[in-house]
Amino acid sequence: MTQDADRRLILPSYRRDDVDAHPPLLSPGYRSTVARAPRQPLTYLPQRLTEITGPLLGEGRIGELDHDLTRQHDGEPLGQRIIVHGRVLDGDGRAVPHTLVEIWQANAAGRYRHAADTWPAPLDPNFTGVGRALTDADGRYHFVTVQPGAYPWRNHDNAWRPAHIHFSLFGRAFTQRLVTQMYFPGDPLFFQDPIFNSVRDERARQRMVARYDHTTTRPEWALAYEFDIVLRGREATVFEDEDDDE
Amino acid sequence: MSESLGVTPAQTVGPYLHIGLTWADGAYVVPEGTPGAFWLRGRIVDGTGAAVADAMVESWQADPDGRFDHPDDPRGARRSTIPGFRGFGRAATDSEGRYALHTVKPGPLPTFDGDTEAPHLTLSVFGRGLLHRLVTRVYFPDEAANATDPVLSTVDPRRRDTLLASPDTDGFRFDIRLQGEHETVFFAV
Ligand SMILES: [Fe+2]
Repeated sequence: MTQDADRRLILPSYRRDDVDAHPPLLSPGYRSTVARAPRQPLTYLPQRLTEITGPLLGEGRIGELDHDLTRQHDGEPLGQRIIVHGRVLDGDGRAVPHTLVEIWQANAAGRYRHAADTWPAPLDPNFTGVGRALTDADGRYHFVTVQPGAYPWRNHDNAWRPAHIHFSLFGRAFTQRLVTQMYFPGDPLFFQDPIFNSVRDERARQRMVARYDHTTTRPEWALAYEFDIVLRGREATVFEDEDDDE
Repeated sequence: MSESLGVTPAQTVGPYLHIGLTWADGAYVVPEGTPGAFWLRGRIVDGTGAAVADAMVESWQADPDGRFDHPDDPRGARRSTIPGFRGFGRAATDSEGRYALHTVKPGPLPTFDGDTEAPHLTLSVFGRGLLHRLVTRVYFPDEAANATDPVLSTVDPRRRDTLLASPDTDGFRFDIRLQGEHETVFFAV
């Protein structure tokens, strides 16, 4: 690498998301945002070396049964067994291979194995509710779990979260880091959920809803849902003007 | 060109993030016993001054030579000379809103237009009530390069000190104020 190349770095750049692609930080229907959303506008940060790189983790962090939430204990958890699978893609439809996918969820009764979750639904001794997987060369991931239950919360009168699975993704750069929730098609609780509806754009909202996948559903064993996750895509490379010689 | 897909929207990690996102070694950007390592500690408070007890901080940084073990670094991926250097840390807040990361100071970085970025970590903050992560940067006090850092210089001078860590007994301190007076500067990346 010559000194010149060191001085004029050509960096990839990730497209900035549309304003409507994500929820506004201040979404008063979701009450916890009121005291936590920053009031100052975000400061524009050009993407530099720290942003276009990121942790490429996973190998060595995944146990053999981490992708199968129904086989992490002595017995099987109660509930409807499901397969959740899909691809991690970037905004240009390219696969994101070998990237870590972390999930967590409530059990079939809608209860989390967490000290702060105390609503009177039973815990399941055979269910922890945490999964990890690494996407393959085509960006595919695959989990086996049980259908999570809906659960109440105190956000508003008679508030219930639609059934969901929390997803955390790294992609290949800091810019692509994403935490989201996967929902199930046709959930009757969508209408009153301020977290789901914090995404204003209907089409964007639908990107959080998995598709029932009868082809992958295994006879006499498990229903399947397909959930593709799209991380930010790259801008076409722009070459800097070579005359800028300071 | 290739088809453009809409991105999947972000959602909050919710109050039960610890189930899915706890790593036993999460706080260790560098292993215990690494020469020069220190703790970066801080507290997250909301707009009412209350501790944020259900949040998580993630850090990403270059190694002390200013290098990344990443193929998109145009200088080439380079494994750090520090054994076990991960560059990445993750720590949930405790009941007092406190987090702690065990790391080393990164080196300065070249920019695409020939400038130099002062040593910094980038932080993502996730939490209940945060529908999208918040991104901020941690700079170090008494770094001459801070004066000409291209990111710091774009920040309102009255708010710049929210991006500066301060010396602490076993390292540095970096508090995060989500909202209100002395609100931390957060970035759109
Ligand atoms: Fe949840």
